Amino acid sequence: MSSPAAGWAHDWDEDGLDTDEMVLNVGPQHPATHGVLRLELRTDGEIVRAARPHIGYLHRCFEKHAENVDYPGVMPYADRMDYVASMGNTLGFALTVERLMGIDPSPYVQTIRVLMAELQRIASHAVAVGTYTMDIGAFTPFLHLLRDREKILDLFEWTCGARLLYNYNWVGGVSHDLPDGFIRAARDFLREFDSVTFPELLDLIIHNKIFVKRIANVGVCTPELAISYDLTGPNLRGSGLPRDLRKDAPYSSYQQYDFEVAVGAGQYGPVGSCYDRNWVRVVEMRESSKIVHQALDRLETMEKADVHETVPKRVKPPKGEIYFRSEAPRGQLGFYLVSDGGINPYRLKVKSPCFTAMSVFHHLARGMMIADVIALIGSLDIVLGEIDR
Amino acid sequence: MEATYAILVRWFPEVAGWPAWAIAVLSAALPALACFTFVSLGPIVYVYAERKISAFMQDRLGPMRVGPYGVLQTIADTIKLLFKEAVFPRGVDRKLFVVAPLLVNVGAFLPFVVIPWGARLQPADLNVGIFYVSAISAISTVGLIMAGWASNNKYALFGAMRSAAQIVSYEIPSLLIILVPVMIVGSLSLQDLVLAQQGGLSRWFLFRYFPLMPVAFVCFFVAALAETNRAPFDIPEAESELVAGFHTEYSGFFFSLFFLAEYTEMFVVSAVASVLFLGGYLAPHPWLQQLGPLPLGWFWLWFKAWALVFVMMWLRWTVPRARVDQLMYIAWKVLLPISLGLVLVVGALVLGPSTANGFSWDRWVGWPLTLLVVGFLFTVMVRALLWNRSRGRDLGASGSPSPVQVWR
Amino acid sequence: MREWLQNVWEGFFTVLVGMRITWRHLFTKSVTLQYPSEKWPLPPRTRMRLFMKYEDCIGCGQCVRACPVSCISMETEKRPSDAKPIWASTGHAIKLDVTAFDIDMSLCCYCNLCVYPCPTFCIYMTPDYEFATRDLTEHLYRFAKPDAVFLTENPKKKPEADPKPGASPAGASGT
Repeated sequence: MSSPAAGWAHDWDEDGLDTDEMVLNVGPQHPATHGVLRLELRTDGEIVRAARPHIGYLHRCFEKHAENVDYPGVMPYADRMDYVASMGNTLGFALTVERLMGIDPSPYVQTIRVLMAELQRIASHAVAVGTYTMDIGAFTPFLHLLRDREKILDLFEWTCGARLLYNYNWVGGVSHDLPDGFIRAARDFLREFDSVTFPELLDLIIHNKIFVKRIANVGVCTPELAISYDLTGPNLRGSGLPRDLRKDAPYSSYQQYDFEVAVGAGQYGPVGSCYDRNWVRVVEMRESSKIVHQALDRLETMEKADVHETVPKRVKPPKGEIYFRSEAPRGQLGFYLVSDGGINPYRLKVKSPCFTAMSVFHHLARGMMIADVIALIGSLDIVLGEIDR
Repeated sequence: MEATYAILVRWFPEVAGWPAWAIAVLSAALPALACFTFVSLGPIVYVYAERKISAFMQDRLGPMRVGPYGVLQTIADTIKLLFKEAVFPRGVDRKLFVVAPLLVNVGAFLPFVVIPWGARLQPADLNVGIFYVSAISAISTVGLIMAGWASNNKYALFGAMRSAAQIVSYEIPSLLIILVPVMIVGSLSLQDLVLAQQGGLSRWFLFRYFPLMPVAFVCFFVAALAETNRAPFDIPEAESELVAGFHTEYSGFFFSLFFLAEYTEMFVVSAVASVLFLGGYLAPHPWLQQLGPLPLGWFWLWFKAWALVFVMMWLRWTVPRARVDQLMYIAWKVLLPISLGLVLVVGALVLGPSTANGFSWDRWVGWPLTLLVVGFLFTVMVRALLWNRSRGRDLGASGSPSPVQVWR
Repeated sequence: MREWLQNVWEGFFTVLVGMRITWRHLFTKSVTLQYPSEKWPLPPRTRMRLFMKYEDCIGCGQCVRACPVSCISMETEKRPSDAKPIWASTGHAIKLDVTAFDIDMSLCCYCNLCVYPCPTFCIYMTPDYEFATRDLTEHLYRFAKPDAVFLTENPKKKPEADPKPGASPAGASGT
């Protein structure tokens, strides 16, 4: 059978280590592994024959903690899973519990949630694209994107008080209402982002021939391979499949927004290459900006509601289980919640998109050069906090 | 050397009575020392400039704390590196480990012997000047390989091998393009190369035989970038891939030696490129050549070399890194054919009687076109400068306001 | 052949386009804030150091229960029946003596969950972030004051509308 496990043992035959081959350790401390990830590569000169990732260096027992704190207390822990895109995590968890409890927040709260989630998506993709270009060798786009990310984080700090780990989406609502002047400040930021940062990003690096040549033929993941390894999010869309949970299974009023699903089109190489995955993230930044504009328009005309209106005094979901999935910036983030009627969750299992993205690495890394391995890891956009939880 | 002797005798008449060997040693050593001092102080400025330029391009400030606006930063870094323990990992070959950075520096410093800073301001005017420069630069390759091998480290070995392959591949187009001005002049001596470009801006080799010489200049610049392991060809020191390539295991004083060699070599190739194509120590117009009795040749060469060093730094912070095989592709399949073609075509043009010194071609076609291209680039740059000012006006504050400042 | 020429031209041209952008940025005002000589005042909702006003604490323990990392610990005693009745500034009567109220800031995850359940709004997060110490044990903040002065009259004698919602009462002072 061609299960990954069978292919695995076949790849990595410890006893049969050829004398020409070298075991290279891209260790937990490395500038380009996006966290504490250890990659063991068996290489023949420059070509990788087999690759084995070692994870678990950042395991913090999130799911166990969730069994010992009450539902609002799980939120700060959920924030810290994918610490780069924390609004997505809390949104997913809040919606999970709300579905189980049957709570339906007001349209005002839903619009704020969409606004925050999309701003967070821009910020998260800014980090992803920035660090990726930095790995490839262009140091400047990273700082330009981070400058804009700082402005988004300033917006978040103004609203809820924290820059990175917000604890903003609560079960039933959000923690703070938008401050006065937020809409104007957000529009100012978007004006600069749309007219300056985004076109500059395209000109400076995305269409740069050296960048394209470097990654356009590397790490090609066919649609069948992507589906069989359960890739989701930009990784799946980079292979040409237009699957986006915001369109296929909309939640929190996403069906009311007009945006396009970014798909890898293979402009410079085969569809599903590293370039395509990166391209999907770049285009998603623009689409998220569109959504934020629409959300801001809605907020201006919508009647305000109390954001704590539907927040239950005590979060005690009825006995039952639910699996809810949302489109986090890194893919499909799923929460499987089993509740026994008490104030702590009985069991919370998280399906992390980066974990499944990591699983395709050993397949794609075969036959590449070492420099391309770095390009591949960056294009999968992994955050070790989410893989290890 | 004769010039030094003349100066010495004027200031210290008793030197004329010294034995011949003493005079020879003195008049050879003094310019060498002066050159060496000037060159060694260079990296202090380059490193600071690189950090500041990269910072401004990235919307940051760069060093600001050590000294006013951070000017003493390099000195602080040098002191720190000198005090650091020079670690010798287990298993290194000590002799090679120590000699390697010295060799690389030799390859970087020696070409300064022939760089002409003025009509008579040159440590030694060898009649094989440019050939000597290429030959000596190749010594650094040996130093790099030694460094990688002696480090007893897989990563360092990788980096050294890649670097050696890169430098050797790019030497060939570099040498071929050097042939082009040499053919026009008919001499390998750098002084002759500069003197053949006298007569103002239009006589510089860059503006002759349009569009062949500008293409030659660009190709030489690209080859020079690869020789000095600068971006986009900095695979050997790719920070995000192999930690630090061939100098992974070096720390403290030896690391600073590699650093020194890199920046010095950058200046060397820029100086050589200015001599070959941009008129060396000649001013753009003969009026600017002298400031009263003070010859300004040294300033012009320094300025031109600095402009090219700035372009190298500018490229580093703009362009991503090319992969090793793409690097090789550029060397062998792009630069080599172009340089071969250039040698053939320019050689033929030089031999043809009507174009022997390119004058009629340049006057009617080349010069106006060159002016157009230069003017276009210039307007692009000036427009970029003005763009910032208009951007500030649009957004109502200098740069764009952070939302935090809105609520204050 | 045509493809080769196209590749070479594209490679050269896209590099020049990129260089134009970095040249522009060479003259853009930098966004660096040189801390500590330049500081921004943070928005009022910023969640940094926790502060607790001891005179308003009624000892309900809601914050202790709400904290997901158990960084708040509290000990209370019932006030003797002959003690003078005391009130918090929001009108709640204080029935318990809070003999110890410790917050371990080294454990605190700055989630703000302790702020909401407090009925008297006595615990809140301030925008003060410069509280680094050399000794980790100095991060254990003991808020219980033995010589606290409590209000002996109910400040909200007349029944009013709901006390003001929001995070902090007037006067967000530091320690």
